[in-house]
This record gives sequence, structure tokens and C-alpha cells, in this order.
Amino acid sequence: MSTPHAHPLLSAEEVRRIARLARLEVSDAEAEEYRASLSAVVGYMSRLRDVDLSGVEPLAHIGDTHTRMDEDVPGSSLSNDALMKLAPDRWEGFVKVPKVLDDGGGA
Amino acid sequence: MTGMMTAAETTSAVRARRVSAVEVTRAAIARLNAVEPAVHAFVQTFPEKALAHAQRIDAAVAAGEGASLPLAGVPVAIKDNICLGPDLHRSGDGLGIGGRTTCASRILEHYESPFTATAAQKLINAGAVVIGKTNLDEFAMGSSTEHSAFGPTRNPWDTTRVPGGSSGGSAAAVATRVTPLALGSDTGGSVRQPAAMCGVVGVKPTYGRISRFGLVAYASSLDQIGPITTNVTDAAAVLEVICGPDPLDSTSASPEHHAMHGDLSARLEEPIAGLCLGVPRQALSSANHPGVAKAFADAIKTYQSLGAEIVDIDLPMTDAGIAAYYIVALAEASSNLARYDGVRYGRRAQIKPGEGLVELYSRSRGEGFGNEVKRRIMLGTHVLSSGYYDAYYATALKARRRILQDFQSAFMGEKTGRGCDAVLMPTAPNPAFRIGEKTSDALAMYLEDVYTVGVNLAGLPAMSVPAGFVAEGGRDLPVGLQLVAPAFQEARMLRVARMFERETTFHTREPVIQ
Repeated sequence: MSTPHAHPLLSAEEVRRIARLARLEVSDAEAEEYRASLSAVVGYMSRLRDVDLSGVEPLAHIGDTHTRMDEDVPGSSLSNDALMKLAPDRWEGFVKVPKVLDDGGGA
Repeated sequence: MTGMMTAAETTSAVRARRVSAVEVTRAAIARLNAVEPAVHAFVQTFPEKALAHAQRIDAAVAAGEGASLPLAGVPVAIKDNICLGPDLHRSGDGLGIGGRTTCASRILEHYESPFTATAAQKLINAGAVVIGKTNLDEFAMGSSTEHSAFGPTRNPWDTTRVPGGSSGGSAAAVATRVTPLALGSDTGGSVRQPAAMCGVVGVKPTYGRISRFGLVAYASSLDQIGPITTNVTDAAAVLEVICGPDPLDSTSASPEHHAMHGDLSARLEEPIAGLCLGVPRQALSSANHPGVAKAFADAIKTYQSLGAEIVDIDLPMTDAGIAAYYIVALAEASSNLARYDGVRYGRRAQIKPGEGLVELYSRSRGEGFGNEVKRRIMLGTHVLSSGYYDAYYATALKARRRILQDFQSAFMGEKTGRGCDAVLMPTAPNPAFRIGEKTSDALAMYLEDVYTVGVNLAGLPAMSVPAGFVAEGGRDLPVGLQLVAPAFQEARMLRVARMFERETTFHTREPVIQ
């Protein structure tokens, strides 16, 4: 693979790209501010590549290695009402979102 | 001295009806009202509900049920990333504490959880009385409690300084003797480090010991709830109540694991004969504050005077662990916090005509999250993004394995020939820093976590106990000693901590609020 960050400082465009991937609206001024702190931390994280970890197996999660199996019996659950009233915008039994499909754009 | 009873004293007095739970709760609320303006440990308080609950505890004790309430009448404070629902004992009873679970974030400012976290429910079932929710760094992301949407908590020992974080509100509540017990959460030191900086005891149990159900996720493979208390005995008593398997958390350890290491309090007062303690050479770093270095050296001497053998060990990944930790934690955070989309719950932003779902998500998140949370989500997104995954995340997972192996080697005595009962380190390299001192330098703040993050990556139990004071700017600031033990060896760790506590008086000192 290519070597990321041959130049340590992220560009403002890279910061905006990351923000887009993360679904975070940030202004140009904010992107400029984040550029410095993200670059410093990413630069620090990059040092990990200098540690010899050859032959070491990755460890993603501590704990029991067995997936616990539960009995297939119905239990109590939260009511639909209790959960629906948390939604910031709703209509009858639905959560409202902006229109996703264009008018007349049927498949 | 405030005269606050410990959790153990409270339980015994309430059960014997020497004092009522209502009186204890009133005293806690009065103390809260006295210190809160200077400290700001709480984001919500529940005085009426707490008194109503205390009345029910008194009635239960009067009815002869005291023996089934191991925390009868003990006031507790709960970090505001731990959910409290509207019901107390059964669905629909409406007797619960409820309130909001904000995570100190604008995005959850009005969020009311429909359920209660298992750990909080266990406290309530044991007779504890919840008096409030405590402040934190937003979504537990920080080491100072400055990154709260509701303003910082102040260190009770010097209100110009931070209490540590992210469970700074919980640590400050206990340090000021508002409550003898608080719950925090520890992803990379967020219970131990504020406990150290506030002069109280904080425990991060083995991963899987305490259910994470109802703890708002930051980094799921690292997060653990932990208690903050004024002393080791109370910490053991609380852990006995809140540890255990939970069908609602698939990562909670099996009943066999919990059963294996038994009772945490029974042998607490028994010193461990032939105690062996490992001191990593990395913990003797010249970067430690001189006062921290002195307190650590004194703690080692205290154990030596008790007959402990001290062995030099090597934890070569200590520094690299910070990078590994932040990669793993922030990668998980970027995934976990994807759920805040402004659709199903939480804050929703206004969008303009012609804008769609992506704008709704991005603006809700852009407006709802604070700067540090956005920074961490972006860092996590970056390390997981195409072309960077192997360089960062995959490498960090290898480092994580190495960190665990290094600890295991010390506990097994592979290099020293003598297996350690516990590893000793300072909890943090510095005492509490000034409010604002590190907020403009995210990396500098992250580096403060050098002694705590490896433990979370390795899933081990660890705790901080008061170990001395450093004079800074005319005030005495507390310093913590950290103990790390093999997985599921909390009983042993607590005994080692209690051996130290019996020989020292640091835990008895209380801050004078100015």
C-alpha cells in the first residue's frame, strides 16, 4: 500500500473529506482549526509504525472467546410508544425524514 | 471534616435504625447545595425523588428487609452517561429516577432514557439512593471534564484546576463528601485519573466484570463502569453489588468467570503473605512531576516496609500504548457515535428546502457535538478509512496484543522468575492541571493518559488509591497510586490496596472548598 502522510500535515481538503465521511458539517474556519490538531495527533499515531510488531496477532476484543447462546424464548421489550416518543419528528407511527426520492423519479 | 459516613457505616447505621435513610439523604442534599456552586460536579439533581426513595428504604428496613439491602440508604451519584429510566422495579411503575441522560452533550440534551443501566439498577436494588447525575467530558471523551456542554467541573482541592476526567463530576462529588459512592466509566483511565486528582479511590474492573448495558458507548471493547469511593472497603462492597453476568450485555463475563474469584470483601483485611509487586521501569520516567515521583517512591517504600518484594519489570509499550489506545478507541467511537443522526432520538437540526438526509445528519451532528467529540470522530474515521486501515487500526490491534502479553509476562514472572501479584504505577504523570491549560492542545491532553490506557487495551482490573499530596500554587493537590492486577483478580488487587491504605492517612484528608 502507499505510505500515508509522507507529508505530516493534513490539507484542509483532507480534513473536509474526513468530515464528509463522518457526516459532520464543519465550516471552512473549523476545518482549518481541526487541521492543526488532527495533524498533530495523526502524526503521533504514525509513530506506532516504528514499533516492531512482526509476528504479533491482532487483538480486537478481550473477553470470552465463545459466543454465548441464549435460549430462544420471548422476553419483555420496550414499548413502541416509549421509543417513538424519543424521535424528534414523527407522523402517526413513523419517524419523519426529509424526502429521499425525487418527485417522479420512480425506479 | 464533614463527618460524612462511609458507605459501609451508612448501611450499618440505616439497617440498625440508628439513622434513617431520609436523614442521610437530607444530609447529602444539604452538602451538595453547599459545595455545588464552587465545584459544579452535577448536571442534574433529584432531591424529591431521592427523599421518596429513601422513605421506601426506611420502610423496607422497618419491615425487616434490611439484610437484603447491602447498600441501604447509601447516597450515590451517577455519571451522566449511565442511563436511568422512568421505572424503579418493574415496567410501568413510574417510581424511577428517570431524568435525562445527556452525556454532557447538546445532541442528547433532552434525551430521557426509557431503561435503566444494569449497574445502576443493581445499586438501587441494593438500597442505594440516587441523588444526582454527574458531569463528564462529552461522551466521556476527555481527561479534564472541561469538554462538557454544561461547563467544567472544578477540582475541590483547588477550584482553578480540573478534577481530571472524564468522570470528573463523580470524583468531585465523592471528594467533597456529597456522596460516599459514585459511578463513573473508564475507557482509558476515566475513573482512575479523576480519582487520583481528587484524592479518592477509583476502580476499573476487568473487562466484562460489570454489565455495560445502559452505559452509553464510547469505545465498546474498552469501556467499563467503575466505582469511586473514599476508601477501599467501600469500593469492595460496591463491586460485590454491581459485578456479575448480565443477559443484556453479551460481553459480560460468564458466571463461571465471576464465580472463580469469589468474594471481594471477605479477606480484605488479610495482608498477602509474600507479596510481590512489579514496578515497570517506564513508570520511573523523568517526565513524571517530581511530586508524583516522590509519592510513588514513598508508596514503594511503604510496601517494602510491609515485607513486599519489589521486582523491576519492563512494559516497553507504555509510550506506544497511547497511540495504540487512541487509534482503537477513536475508531470504535467513530462507529458508535454514528447512531446520533438526528432521526430516531436526540437533537435534530433544521434543514433548508432542497436539502436532504445527508444535510440533516451532518448538520444535526455538526451542531450537536462539541469540538473534542468531532475531533475524535474525525480521527477515528480517518484511521478506519480506505488506504489507512492497515497503517493505523490493524497495527494498533497488534500493539494491543503485545501490551497484554507484557502484562501477562510480569504476572507470570517469565523474565524476573517471580510472578507479580500486582503492578504499581503512578495513576497520572502530573497532579491536576489548571482549567484551560491543555484545552488548546489535544495531543498534550492525550499524553496525560500514559499510565492508564494500556490497562484498558489489555482488559485488566486496575485501581487508583490516594498516595500523597503535591504543593502547587499554595494548595495541596492529591496524587494517586495505581495498582494493576491479572484479569478477574479484583479480590487480590483490593487486598493489596487495603494493605497500603491501612499504613497511610492520605485517604482521610478532605478538601477545604475555597
